[in-house]
Parts: sequence; C-alpha cells; structure tokens
Amino acid sequence: MPNIFKPNTNTYAKVSLLLAASLPLFGGLALAAWSRSPANTKVNVPLNQPVPFSHQHHAWELGIDCGYCHTGVEKSASAGVPPTETCMSCHSQIWTNSPLLEPVRQSYETGTPLKWNRVNKLPEFVYFNHSIHVARGVSCNQCHGPVQNMNITWKGNPFQMAWCLECHRAPEKYIYKDEANPKLTPREQVFNLYWKYQAGDKLSPREDSLIRGTEQYSADPAEQAKGRTLINTYGVKVQQLADCSVCHR
Amino acid sequence: MDTKDTQSLNLEALRAKLAGKTGRRYWRSMEQIAETDEFKMWVEDEFPNRKAILELDRRQLLKYMGASMALAGLSGCRQVFLGQDKIVPYVNQPEELVPGRPLYYASTFTHAGYGQGVLVEQHEGRPTKIEGNPDHPENKGTSDHWMQASILSMYDPDRSGSVTTKDGEIGTWDGFFKKSRAAIASQKAKKGAGLRILMEATSSPTLIRQLAAIQKSLPEASIHVWDPVNRDNVRQGSALALGKDLEPVYNFENAQIVVSLDADFFSSMPGHLRYAKDFANARRVLGAEAEMNRLYAFESTPGLVGAMADHRWSVKASGIGEIAKGLYDAVSGGTPSGPLAKELAAIAADLKGFPDASIVVPGDHQPAAVHALAQMINLLLNPGRGCVKYIEPVTNAGAFSDLSLKELVDEMNAGKVEAIMMLGGNPVYDAPADLKFAEALAKVPFKMHHGKYVDETAMACDWHLPETHYLEEWGDARAYDGTVTFVQPVSYPLFEGRSKIELLAALFASPTSGYDLVRETYAATVPAAEFESSWRKALHVGVARETARPAVTATAVGTQPEVGAPVPGLEIAFRSEPHVFDGRYSNNGWLQELPRPLTQITWENAAIIGVETAKRLKLESEDVIELKYGGVPVNAPVFVQPGHAEDQVTVHFGYGRTRGGSVATSTDFFGGGFNAFALRTSKAMSFDKLEEPRKVASKAHPIATTQLHHQIEDDRDVIRSGTLTEYRKNPSLHEEAHHGGSPESKSLYPDNIFEFNGPQWGMTIDMNVCIGCNACAVACQAENNISVVGKEQVKNGREMHWIRIDRYYMGDLANPDETVFQPIACVHCEKAPCEPVCPVAATVHSHEGLNQMVYNRCVGTRYCSNNCPYKVRRYNYKNWSDNQKQFMDRIEPIAKIGGNTTTEKTNGIALLRMLNNPDVTVRGRGVMEKCTYCVQRINNVRIEAKKAGREPRDGEILTACQQSCPTQAIVFGNVADPESQVSKLRKDPRSYQLLRELQTRPRTSHMGRLRNPNPEITA
Repeated sequence: MPNIFKPNTNTYAKVSLLLAASLPLFGGLALAAWSRSPANTKVNVPLNQPVPFSHQHHAWELGIDCGYCHTGVEKSASAGVPPTETCMSCHSQIWTNSPLLEPVRQSYETGTPLKWNRVNKLPEFVYFNHSIHVARGVSCNQCHGPVQNMNITWKGNPFQMAWCLECHRAPEKYIYKDEANPKLTPREQVFNLYWKYQAGDKLSPREDSLIRGTEQYSADPAEQAKGRTLINTYGVKVQQLADCSVCHR
Repeated sequence: MDTKDTQSLNLEALRAKLAGKTGRRYWRSMEQIAETDEFKMWVEDEFPNRKAILELDRRQLLKYMGASMALAGLSGCRQVFLGQDKIVPYVNQPEELVPGRPLYYASTFTHAGYGQGVLVEQHEGRPTKIEGNPDHPENKGTSDHWMQASILSMYDPDRSGSVTTKDGEIGTWDGFFKKSRAAIASQKAKKGAGLRILMEATSSPTLIRQLAAIQKSLPEASIHVWDPVNRDNVRQGSALALGKDLEPVYNFENAQIVVSLDADFFSSMPGHLRYAKDFANARRVLGAEAEMNRLYAFESTPGLVGAMADHRWSVKASGIGEIAKGLYDAVSGGTPSGPLAKELAAIAADLKGFPDASIVVPGDHQPAAVHALAQMINLLLNPGRGCVKYIEPVTNAGAFSDLSLKELVDEMNAGKVEAIMMLGGNPVYDAPADLKFAEALAKVPFKMHHGKYVDETAMACDWHLPETHYLEEWGDARAYDGTVTFVQPVSYPLFEGRSKIELLAALFASPTSGYDLVRETYAATVPAAEFESSWRKALHVGVARETARPAVTATAVGTQPEVGAPVPGLEIAFRSEPHVFDGRYSNNGWLQELPRPLTQITWENAAIIGVETAKRLKLESEDVIELKYGGVPVNAPVFVQPGHAEDQVTVHFGYGRTRGGSVATSTDFFGGGFNAFALRTSKAMSFDKLEEPRKVASKAHPIATTQLHHQIEDDRDVIRSGTLTEYRKNPSLHEEAHHGGSPESKSLYPDNIFEFNGPQWGMTIDMNVCIGCNACAVACQAENNISVVGKEQVKNGREMHWIRIDRYYMGDLANPDETVFQPIACVHCEKAPCEPVCPVAATVHSHEGLNQMVYNRCVGTRYCSNNCPYKVRRYNYKNWSDNQKQFMDRIEPIAKIGGNTTTEKTNGIALLRMLNNPDVTVRGRGVMEKCTYCVQRINNVRIEAKKAGREPRDGEILTACQQSCPTQAIVFGNVADPESQVSKLRKDPRSYQLLRELQTRPRTSHMGRLRNPNPEITA
C-alpha cells in the first residue's frame, strides 16, 4: 500500500498550522485596515440626500460664501446646517417650480425640518470646535476636501484621530498665510483663499493644493519655517494641541 | 424583642480611645474610633463588597483573565465604526440662536413660596443647567441644592402628563373645564358658599391678584393656605412682640455677633443664600490681620449652623424656650436664670457690645414665644435696625395655617363644601394626622387637584390636572425681601401641563396666556409710557428693580411672652428633610442620593438620636424601633448622631410616600423611609413628649450613609483647624510636633513641573467659610452628567459624586467641639499616583496641569483608583447613565386609555437623556471618572479668549462647584499667575495641601478652619 502522505506533507501541515495560528492576527489586521478604508470611513463616497444639494453649484459656480449658510462657523463649535428659511430666501424667487426643491418647499410650508444625512461625523467623545480653527486660518477645504467640486457632498478626510494629530502635533506644516497680503488676519486668510479662487487669480502651488484638498501640508522646510513664524504670531501653543482634554472631555 | 443587650459600640471604651490620642483628633464616625470591622473594610479596601480573587477557582480565574485580555483591546474600538446619523436643522432658526452655543435666560425658582433668581442654560431649546441669577437680591449668582436639582424634575418621566379623572382614567382639559365651569356657575348663584380653594403659600403677584378677584366675585368662597413646613411661628412671634403680623429680614453683612436659637439660616430659611453669603463675608479671613464674626448656636438636631458655630450647645427642641427667655433676661438687663445662665450672661454681654451689629435668629419650627423673645432682643440690640428689619409678609399664607386647614376640614365634615380646588400641595399626605384630612375630603362632591405629580392627594380627587414645571411657564414671585422676579419659560411644556395662573384664569375669568397675565400685573405697577421698555429690561434681568418691601417701623409692644417648660423625658421633634423637604422633591434622584449634610444618609429618613440616649435605650444605628405617638405606631430605623440633643428623637418629613413617582415610592433595599406626617398632629407641630420607643429588631435595616466611605487614612494631616487666637500665633494651624517637622522643606522636585508657557490651573477651598450645604455636589452632578446609582449601590460605596463633602468631628463623642466640612474632589496632583499605574495611559497630564481622564481609552482596570490616596475616583460598575432602573421597571397601572392600562414606561430614558450637558461625554459601564476641573468650561473660555487674541482672564473660568457655592469657598484660576486670586489664596498662611508628605503636589489647596470662641466662655 502506497503512502497516503508524501514526505512533503509534513511541510504542508506545518505551514497550514502556522497559517491557522496567525489567522486571528490577519483577521485583526484586516479589520483594522477595513476600519481605515473608505468602506468604513466613507471618504470620497458621495452620500444621497433628500435634496440633491450641490456645493459645486452654490459655492463655486454661484460663488456664495460658505458662511452664508454655515453661519456658526466663526462663532460656535458647530458650523451649523442652514434652516429651510435660508434656502427659501433665494428659492422663493428662483426655481420655484423645480421638482428637486419640492422637499424644501414642503418643509417651509409645513414647518417640518429637512432631514439631511450626516456626512462628517465625529465620535461622541470628541469635541471639535469650528470657530477656533477658522480663527487660526485653517481653510474649510483642508479638512472637508474640494467642496467646490462636490456635486453631491462627500467626506473629504477620514476624521480619525491619527489624521487629526497630523496637524495637532505639527501645525507648522499646515498653517498657511498668503504672503502677498501681509495684513490679513488669520480669519480673513480663510476667506481670502476663496475670493482669490473665485476671482480667477493665479494661485500658488500651495494654495492650489489647499483648494483641491490634496497634499494639505508642506514638506518644504522653508514653508515650515514660515509656518513656525505664523504659529508664534498667532500664539498657538503647540505642546498643548495634543493634550487629551483639548478634544476629549 | 431582641435579647442582644450588648452594644457593638461601647461608649466608655470609645471615649478612652479618643482620650488616648495625642494632638487634635478628627473623626468622621463612631465606627472609626471603634475601628470596627466595617470601618477597617472601608479604609483598607478601595473596592469593598466585591468578589475576592480567592473566591474564584483556578479554571474560572484563567477564563476571566483570558477573556479580559482578549476584550481589553476591543474596548478601544468604540465608535470606530460609525452609524449613519441625520442632521435636522431648523425651519426658521430663532434670531439669537447659534447652534452649538448655549443661551441663558433669567427666570425664577420658587421654593415654599419664595422666589430665587436663576439663569437657565439652554442648548438649542433644551434647558440643561441652572445657575444663580447675579441680579437677584437673594442669591446674587449662587445657588442651592434645590435650585440645582430642579432641572432634573423638569425631565422627570414620572411627572404628571395628562388630565386624569377618578381611578386614573385619562381625561382632557376640555372635559375638565366643562364639568368645573358648570360647578363654578352653580356656585356663583350662592356667591361661592360651597367653593373652597386650598393652596400652597405663594408670593406671586399675579396669582394673588387673581385670588383677590375670585374672592371679590365669590365673597362666600374661601381660600385656605396650607404648607406642612410653614412660617406661622415667625409671624405669630412678630405679632406677639411687635403687635403686627410681619416677617423679619436679617442683615448678616453687619452682624458681628449672631445667636442661633435652633435656626437654619444657611439652607432652608427664606433668604438663606443671601444670609449664608453675607455671613461668610463677615467671617472670611485673609492674611494674618484677621477679624471674624462670632456665632453662638443652640441646636437640637445638628445642622449647618451648629457646625459653623464658635460655641454650640445641644439643647432639645423644647428647651430652646428657656434659653430664649434667659437670653432676653440677660440682654434686657436682668440676670438670667435656668440652664446655661452663666454662658447666657456672657453671650448677652457680647451681643450688647455690638449695637446694631448683632442678631438673634430663631428657627422657623420654634414656637411663637421664642420668636417673640428673639425679636424683642433684636429690637433692643438694633436700635438703628442695623441687622434686622421687618416687612409685610411676602406670601399669602396666614399666620395660622393649621387653624385655617382645620376650619376647612370641619366644613368639609359638615358637608358645607361642594367643590374644592387644590392648587399644588399634597394635604392628603402631609396634613396633621389628627385632622383626618383624607376622610373629610372624601365627603366633598367635586374635588380637583392641580399638581406636578399624581400623588396621594391626586388619587383622592375626581380630577387631577397636570401642572407645568417652572421652566415651562410664565409667572412671577417675590424674593425673601419682597423683590418681584419673573418666571420665564425656556421650553414648551413637555406634557399637557398648565400653570396655576392659566388654570385660574381659564376657570374664573377667561382663558388667557400666562404671558399676558404676568404682563397685566406688571403693567399696573409702572407708568404706561415706560411699560414696554421697563418690561423688557425687567424680563432680561429677571428682576423688577426697586420692588423690595419697605421696612415697617416696629417697636416692642406688650410684655414678655411665656415660654413653655421643656418636655420632661424623651421628646419627638418634627423637622423638614434637608433634601426632599416636605416630600415635594421626593422624586428627584439627585436630591435623594445626595448625602444629608450631617448624617450623610441617602435615600431615606431615620429616627435620629443622640449618643447618650442611644446608650440609655440600648439602641444603635440600623436598629429598627417602633415610635408611638398619639396612638399611631411607626417603625423607623435608628441613626445615632453625635451632637444630637439627648432625650430627643428627630424625624424628618418627606418619606414613606405611597404615590408620587417611582423614585419617591421606591422601597428597593428598604429605601423610601417612613412617614413622619403620620405622627404629626395639629396639637404639636414641632415637638412633643414621646413614649419610650420599643426596639423591634437589631441591625435589621441597612442605612446607606456615606460617612464611612472614601476615608482618607486619618493620622495624616487631613484637617487643619484652630481658634483665632491659635491662628495668630501659628498661622499655618499645622501641628508641627505631631508630624515631626514641616514637610514643605523636603521636596526634591523642581518648582515648575510643567515647562509650558501658559496657564496652570489650580483651586483653593476655604473650609473656614464652607457651610457644608451640598450645592456644589449637585451643581457638579448637573454639569458633568453624573449618574444616580440607587440606595443599594450607595451602600456598596459606589456613589458617583465627583465632589464629596467629608464631615469631620473633633472632640467628645456625644457632643463634638467642632464640626468641619471638607469638600474634596480630584485634587489634580502634579505628580499624580494614578497616572503611572494606568496600563493604557487613560489618565495623563495636560500641559496646563490637569490630570486628564480619557474615557475612550479607559479599560476599567481600576488601578488608578486603587492608587489614589484621596479616594476621589469613581467607577461605573454598571451602565448607570442609561439603565436607570426605576424608569425601566413596569409601574403600577395608573393610566387607562379606552379601558386598556398602560403599564410599560420606557420613554423615561429618552426624556432623561435630554438633560445631559452636550459639552461633557456621557460615561458608560466599565469607565473610571473623576473631577475634571470642568475642563469643558476651561476649553470654552480658552477658545473664546484665543479668538479675541488674549489669555483667559482671572475669574473668567468658573467651575460648576465654584459658581454654585453660596459662600464662595471655592476659587479656581491660574496658579502660574501671581496676581490671580487663587495664587494669592494659595500663599495664604492657612492654605495647605492634603497629604503633602506624599509629594503628590495637589493643585487643589484647602484652607484651615478657624473658630472665634468667646474667651469669657470656657468649653
């Protein structure tokens, strides 16, 4: 009777045992990878909304300032989603018969709020404050991605802690100010970027990447040195930025 | 009858132990001195009442270890996988509202008829926190525990939600109005002869105006005012002494010498917040050149005033009369006779040394004669009325509310009452037992009850009408000095409630909104041209300026009133409960779980007796006795309280509820207490002779007192106190000899632990002005979403309060010389022992010196808590924030819809969630938590300051405890700034750091307690 198991079976057996033993490890790694992938974070995944609102149309084509609708962005932790009334301030005059806007008109007439699907969500133990970021000249697109290109809004960045810490640990790589306008306050810097873009002014490569929401930081030591100067001028306490209680409380 | 005769606590042995100690000896409980097993368990084990590891067999232990290692990592995955949320914006956003930022509205909280100003923090239409209104004449920005806890009552799932008819059938307002208007119309023909209104005292000008109108249109109808805890004695006393029915208003700002005759002007008397603040300001000592006021207290049941006193004598409630008489004799120039004659003469001399700067304050429950004597003394001491003035009564209560109630009961029994309208109150539960109110009420054909809960009275009525919470209604009230304040709603009614004024308008006039009614009242007081602007201003600040009642000229009339002789032998004393009061706050879990200031009991009342009395009656704490008064027996657990007057049993109202919400009626783990109202009769409203109680069982009733919990190992430098004279000699109050040299000199650490160019947060707590009122503990609970755990878990030592008020005694067992309150929360050690032991770095330091607690990292090893010498860390053994058992349980079927009973009550949790502060994480099971120095408030102020391009200013950040503190004992700020208030206080000679020898370098410093005894009086 021939041997059922050939000599190399031993090797197969050992390898399979090893593989089986490392399965939990791979499983864990896979889970971790999945939790960071767009499948979970929903980065770059457009999310359907009750009204197909286009940031591309309103913010870029029409040039409406972000703060026109997101009124809390300079004052409050939350930027705020506009009340139906804000939509109707224009749409009671234009596109009054558009079927796409029917839910908005319905909401206004019946007093029932629109229910948007949340695109940018943080865990409940994280306390983010929009106003202080705007006050330090962080442009909207640095976190939210190329909003002006979003027909249906998607999440521009994963908003996981590691991503936040990239800037909170080394803000000099991220902080930026237009040198052509030395008098700009950090807050004005945010809006200046969009005005320039809207007016079709020539953007520096850094500004271009900020607007496009890619490569938000600069690896260039000269840029980082400028960043450090800005940090000192603004009085940002870098050590403190990574303290737990700055975001968790 | 239990045969066990020996007591586990032998007094003589304890005294011998106390005497054997050297130096000042502070103690928290008799168990501590006796070093009982129970005490040892609490001090030796950080987590008593848990399974010991040895109780597990090896196999189980390995299983648990494996499982915890496997699962520990997973806890880090919380909220990695996010669900899909909705954003629901407004349709029309209110003009002033910025989502994410709270709005504040001025309103008025009314307690027992008297208004206290509040500022309500409201997040997107959801009120979440109460603060004191800085513009209010009483509280001036501070608050008390009732005010703080009132926000929980707003979201109470048990609050009455709909009109109900007899037997709990659900009715409608329309149905009610149809029936009641017909009844009133038939009364109109008889000028209201068969109509009675029974109500709680109110000071609301609008309500009083409406009542006057009703009285005018129905002259035969009568209005009765009944409160079980009332000010009848105060008013009758004024009538005796001054010939007029007036209320005294004290001025502690000027008072150098204060004598308390069983008074509680720190936590329950109208105006107590102002009194506490002014008293503390006159007592505050800063630096070496110190002057302090002096407080003498004669006290039956130990209270906050006695704890603060420089001289305190335990006198039973019926004995205060003699004291008052003796004091009057001494002050008016005679020689005092009777007990404590020598001391009274010395006190009188002291009082007379400060004309217009000394007062005698009698307790509201003391008989009228004591009040009369006290006011006669006050008139003698204050020729210029420096510390006392007399005003027209603020509420509509009469001076004889028990007689008024008796008259009503007689009329009901005689069948003269055809319809009764009860506006608030719970007379079926709290009326004197001998009046048999419930039986009389049953004879009335048409009974209506308007109140916040379906309570005992509601169940006895034909109609129950839900009342709005004060945060849902328009209204007004008067403060203790008569100042008019406004009640402004911050939310639509959550249920179908209506306010008192709306109800009366709809019944007796025409339906009008509360807003219009209050405006109408106010319009009558200001010129028409100024009305709109004046109204807006008044509403904005919450106070109508210059409306305080003017002082009435008062002079002593008549002769010295006769005081009754003390009750011989044992007596029973009836007192309002420090937290649930007369039962009106019974359904409030925060107040139930808040340790009572002196006894530190939670969730129930007890028969409180003195140490010697306990010895004589062979009783000890947790025994059950049968109290028999007026033939009515009531079983009650015993609590032995040092400093309690001998031969007296104190019983507190507000417990033994049979209706009124699932918290109020909960008897879990024998909580819920006994009903003291069952013993109280109209013949003796405050105290009377009591038969010797019969012991029913030994150690049979667990009492959840926290006095043994979180005990700091006691032979260390925990409390510092001394007299003013000692302080002048040794400002640090530190007993050098006892501790072998100053620990201050031994540190190897550098002065600045954190190399950071920014603020360093710290706190000081001045024990010299802390009155122990607990306002800070509730304020902290409200601000930081702290859970309620229930009686059983408190008994296990698992209460969650981040700040606790430790109460220490010094001196004799039965009659301690000194009582010291020490508020203690996380002291934010610079070298924190909790940090190095955390395996997951869930507790670490920030650059601003905060000991941070990162909930989302915590895996619940509890090593940190085990290593904390201050015992300030709190662990979530269960999912307390969501599983609030009492609101998940099936409750008795009280509501019926179309014949079907509704039993499940599961909406309670959703409602309670609305209370949570959105700026603070809600913690779940398995997470450690502790004081954060209100880091959410620090962050918000820091962000606003940074946006304005500056650093946070001193005093800009107020922690919740600091903001509420009536005496400003707590100061928070930047210790790196030498000019800040907190830095100056840290440099004060009295300032010391708890357990400094451990070199933990706490950021919270405590300041030693001082007493200012009269050198003429010894002991």
